[in-house]
Amino acid sequence: MAETVLEIENLVKNFGALRATDGVSLDLRQGEIHALIGPNGAGKSTLIHQICGTLKPDQGNIRFSGQDITALGVAERARLGLGRTFQVSSIAPEFSALRNVMLAVQAKQGTSFRFFTPVMRDRSLTEPAMAMLERVGLAARADIPAAELSHGERRQLEIAIALALESRAFLLDEPMAGMGPEGSKALTGFLDGLRHEAPILLVEHDMDAVFALADRISVLVYGKIITTGTVDEIRRDPAVRSAYLGDHA
Amino acid sequence: MTLSRETLINLILIVLLAAVPFVALGIGQPFYITLATRIAILALAAVGLNLVLGLGGLVSFGHAAFFGIGGYVAGILAAHASSGEALMFGLAGSDQMPVIWLVTLIVCGIVGLAIGAVSLRTSGVYFIMITLAFSQMIYYFAVSWPAYGGEDGLSILVRNRFPGVNSMKPISYFLICLGMLIAGLGLFSLIRASRFGAALQAARQNAVRVAAVGISPYPIRLAAFTLSGMITGVAGALYADLNRFASPSMISWHMSGELIVLIVLGGTGRLFGPVAGAMLYVVFEFALGGLTERWQFFLGLILLAVVLFARGGLLGLLAGKARHG
Repeated sequence: MAETVLEIENLVKNFGALRATDGVSLDLRQGEIHALIGPNGAGKSTLIHQICGTLKPDQGNIRFSGQDITALGVAERARLGLGRTFQVSSIAPEFSALRNVMLAVQAKQGTSFRFFTPVMRDRSLTEPAMAMLERVGLAARADIPAAELSHGERRQLEIAIALALESRAFLLDEPMAGMGPEGSKALTGFLDGLRHEAPILLVEHDMDAVFALADRISVLVYGKIITTGTVDEIRRDPAVRSAYLGDHA
Repeated sequence: MTLSRETLINLILIVLLAAVPFVALGIGQPFYITLATRIAILALAAVGLNLVLGLGGLVSFGHAAFFGIGGYVAGILAAHASSGEALMFGLAGSDQMPVIWLVTLIVCGIVGLAIGAVSLRTSGVYFIMITLAFSQMIYYFAVSWPAYGGEDGLSILVRNRFPGVNSMKPISYFLICLGMLIAGLGLFSLIRASRFGAALQAARQNAVRVAAVGISPYPIRLAAFTLSGMITGVAGALYADLNRFASPSMISWHMSGELIVLIVLGGTGRLFGPVAGAMLYVVFEFALGGLTERWQFFLGLILLAVVLFARGGLLGLLAGKARHG
């Protein structure tokens, strides 16, 4: 069995009387795409927030590359190599696409406490950033302020940023959301290759993409993982069909 | 290399400011030199604030604290230099500007670090209020400190000295202040283009994104706040030397407000926003102030117009939207 990169153990998160995460255990292994699916309100976002550090779980722990990261903040987890994209694109809107990626390259290189060298003339920043934009097919739009990019382009930009961080695992929160059929198809192909660089925990509503990509699928319902299995196992699972898939399967 | 429109406007502004005293001497109106010096000093104070407010998006409503501390450092060191009495820890006073600026930088750095460390744990309206609270604390401290003038402030009998220059000559003092302004602008411009500046500006636009790439916004903002206070502090020391007077009014919240107004008038986050703003402000103050005591009412109207119709301030109006390479 491949090495486990991210391991979540018995995670619990309550909001008042609501148990949004109810004893979730989940792991992500080297080289795989592990999809997390579930109906709206199942607690996917809450779980993602706990994995990337914006929310602290009430119980349980999270291990990443063999290290307990449960107590670490967002920036510390990112520095360890947990790269993420957001459900709603999160970028610096006034910066160009290139500068958005350059910020990630800069973070990857270490300290930001450098006051006197202009970033735009620093080829150790511009060149890797440009290379990442090329990989996601956004090179021609490098100089456009991120706010003026189309929805799909912003998603590509977020992936370029995650790539620039040379992440050891990707946490992709609905990367297909709002993409047209063409865009989804291109992105599916791209993610298919990406898993060999670092494993992907993929939260996605687009079932075509999930079934095409996932090595394993976990189904989250009411804060609990009801089952984890391969695409075929999940398709056949009667509990999943009644809880979620409906006509899709 | 072609100059961008903004660079051209910046050059015109600084040349214009530098020319004022010479024209003033030419037409026999030396009073205008003081006006130009005031512009340079206020602009420098606002360059400091522009670092946190413009680049960092942090509305500090307490920068008068640094301005005032700079003023009092100049006043107190000068008082001890002329009386010959030792300062605390047996240190002597000084009437040398470079020494005064250095002490100002150190004191404002420490105070900035302390105020910033607490204030930056909050955001939005709470940040505004807490910075205001800190500067009011320092204001009341100055008011209730009889050793250094209390409510009446502290006079500087003879303007402090600068090596090799007769600082009492208005035009020489103007050139010192202009030099400091240019140095401040140079520093701002370097920082804005640097990695630190990139992180600071990105944290203003989207702090969540900055954390997600692994940069914690807090230490970046704290360093910016501290640097910003240090620059504004030096401007305060220059201001006290210009008026030969350090008063609690330099620390009052009106002063903090004035600095914010300067920046908004000129163009928030723009390199020359503070310069354009200070020019407008001082010229309004002088021109309208000559017509009516209620000149601030008209300034209010102008500010309203800027906020409603020219969000980018004067520079936004002249040079168009700011662009990030």
